[in-house]
Amino acid sequence: MKFIDEFRDPALARRLVGQIRQMTASRAAPVRLMEFCGGHTHAAYRFGLRELLDGAVELISGPGCPVCVTAAADLDRAIALAEWPDVILATFGDMVRVPGSRVQTLQAARARGADVRVVYSPLDALTLARQHPARPVVMLGVGFETTAPGIAAALVQAETERITNFSALSLHKLTPPAMRAILGAGDVPLDGIIGPGHVSAVIGSDAWGFLPREYGIACAVAGFEPLDLLGAIAGLVRATVEGVPVVDNLYMRGVRSEGNPTALALLNRVFEVGTAKWRGLGALPDSGLRLRAEWAHRNAARLFPVTREPAREPPGCRCGDIVRGRSAPMDCPLFRRVCTPENPIGPCMVSNEGACAAVFQYAVDF
Amino acid sequence: MHNTTILMAHGAGGRMSRELIRAVFAAHFANPGLAPLSDAAVLPALPPGALALTTDSYVVQPLFFPGGDIGKLAVCGTVNDLAVSGATPLYLSAGFILEEGLPLETLTCVVASMAETARAAGVQIVTDDTKVVERGAADQLFINTAGVGVVPPGLTLGAARLCAGDALLVNGTVGDHGLALMLHRQEMAFQSDLESDCAPLNGLIAAALDAAPGQVHWMRDATRGGLATVLNEWVLDAPALGIEIEEEAIPLRPAVRAGCEFLGLDPLYAANEGKAVFAVAGEAASAVLAALRAHPLGENAAMIGRVAADHAGRVVLRTPYGSRRVLPMLASEPMPRIC
Repeated sequence: MKFIDEFRDPALARRLVGQIRQMTASRAAPVRLMEFCGGHTHAAYRFGLRELLDGAVELISGPGCPVCVTAAADLDRAIALAEWPDVILATFGDMVRVPGSRVQTLQAARARGADVRVVYSPLDALTLARQHPARPVVMLGVGFETTAPGIAAALVQAETERITNFSALSLHKLTPPAMRAILGAGDVPLDGIIGPGHVSAVIGSDAWGFLPREYGIACAVAGFEPLDLLGAIAGLVRATVEGVPVVDNLYMRGVRSEGNPTALALLNRVFEVGTAKWRGLGALPDSGLRLRAEWAHRNAARLFPVTREPAREPPGCRCGDIVRGRSAPMDCPLFRRVCTPENPIGPCMVSNEGACAAVFQYAVDF
Repeated sequence: MHNTTILMAHGAGGRMSRELIRAVFAAHFANPGLAPLSDAAVLPALPPGALALTTDSYVVQPLFFPGGDIGKLAVCGTVNDLAVSGATPLYLSAGFILEEGLPLETLTCVVASMAETARAAGVQIVTDDTKVVERGAADQLFINTAGVGVVPPGLTLGAARLCAGDALLVNGTVGDHGLALMLHRQEMAFQSDLESDCAPLNGLIAAALDAAPGQVHWMRDATRGGLATVLNEWVLDAPALGIEIEEEAIPLRPAVRAGCEFLGLDPLYAANEGKAVFAVAGEAASAVLAALRAHPLGENAAMIGRVAADHAGRVVLRTPYGSRRVLPMLASEPMPRIC
């Protein structure tokens, strides 16, 4: 398969592992890298990279799982919205299982009669709006810079076609502010960052220039195949060993330094930057995307002002520390005991990309 | 028949019920054992061996999909459940729950497909039942089939027979049914000619059993949850053993691989309706593999791994990179990721 097989060549992968091990052979401690993106967390486990690099490189999972960083309060709001009379709530699949603050989920709301539909694209949600003209269709906008342009495009399309019953609840988040928050807190020592591939396809690899400039650490933007990740890790190890932090783009087939101008223009047309609440990081200024005033008629937060009790995080859950890289899943008292993929307490156990789900499923001492 | 849609009266047991049975069920399921209007099928004495009995309900949506339909599925599913138990499938029953308003033509197509599949599998549908429910109480058409078969004397299969060193074989590409349905159902923006692998496996399984008598230790059809789920269930039932499979050895169609990559799904967990996994004594593996490959439903059969004495209770996958990972039991329905 084109664009896949050439990045899964086992011989090349073994050679890169050899290079990484050679570069780190004289070091007392492993090189500590944060993979920002949940897709990378999942890929590293799926291809067994942690086992291959054991002792040479330590991979620390970051906040790049959109499900995991969605605040409990926002989930409560989404659940309340799904229960609004006549509303069809369209959502990406993995959100339906995430518990809000009262251990409610969209899945449970659906079982009680709420109309929650899993869609693969925001345009599918727009199709629902066309099919059900008498009912409000709300797209639950969860995700980073990667998914936001698709939702912006659906909103623009709705405007063009005058589909009046389509709106979005924008819980979108921006990744560079989260990275700053983690590095600014200074409690997680890191040698380098594996930059998110799909996010960078939109915002450009230049968006990570502040990492070497302000924090003195290297960043390598990577794709999601074994050679992408091993290439990025080798580059970051070299930068660490040589002490020359730069931003490297190893995902040239998808990422340009300036990003995707069409997607960025679309984002700018529909959204403006504002404060967003992150699970684990709290309210971060300029870290979210909300609908501009001109789009108020498609802003579900305004159209459906649900009242909620104050949100609380599930007691004992360490997802907040885990998304910051401050705790590992095994440090959480709930992990494996009460929090399992069958019965997730925190969001990191729900999504395929969550650190807890990945560790639960894959991490085994052979 | 005058009516072109199913009405409540078709399930009321009166004239219209009889007419439906005559025109649709009796017409298609015609066979010596069929007892369309009596209370039970009375069948000749069975050949010697243990009796196998199974039942399954079919609620697939949409009713017609590339490579099959709910009727074909209802026959294959039950035939395959019998066959992997070591039984020669003989007779099936069929129960229909019809939603009022179902086009008669839809029902006729499904029943014709069942009859054709039963003929191909060499089984007879000997008794059936129809209920009609009000519009909205069911989604078009549900089918339940039960099946009986006979396990020849001396054949035993199961967890107790699984041994370290057993070879694991599969009769072809995995994930075809699950992906074909998902792509068809979601009307994905990308096109594919992928078809469900839905097929009766009893002929193929008989060939495998004949190729190495007594050497096949266990079989399962890898339906819901796919290949990975079957293997996990095996180690749950034989907890002293582990399973090791080679990622590169697992047959996958390019379209399934591409579709799974696109959706963020793992084809090893995608459903099959015409694939079985065989645990075979190591020394008989090549004979059984050759028998599978000689059968039209086993052209792409492959040996995918082994039963191992280490990592007990776990299914471990070896990647082409020299690393290993656990293939866990699925926690819930697979969900495409956000990004």
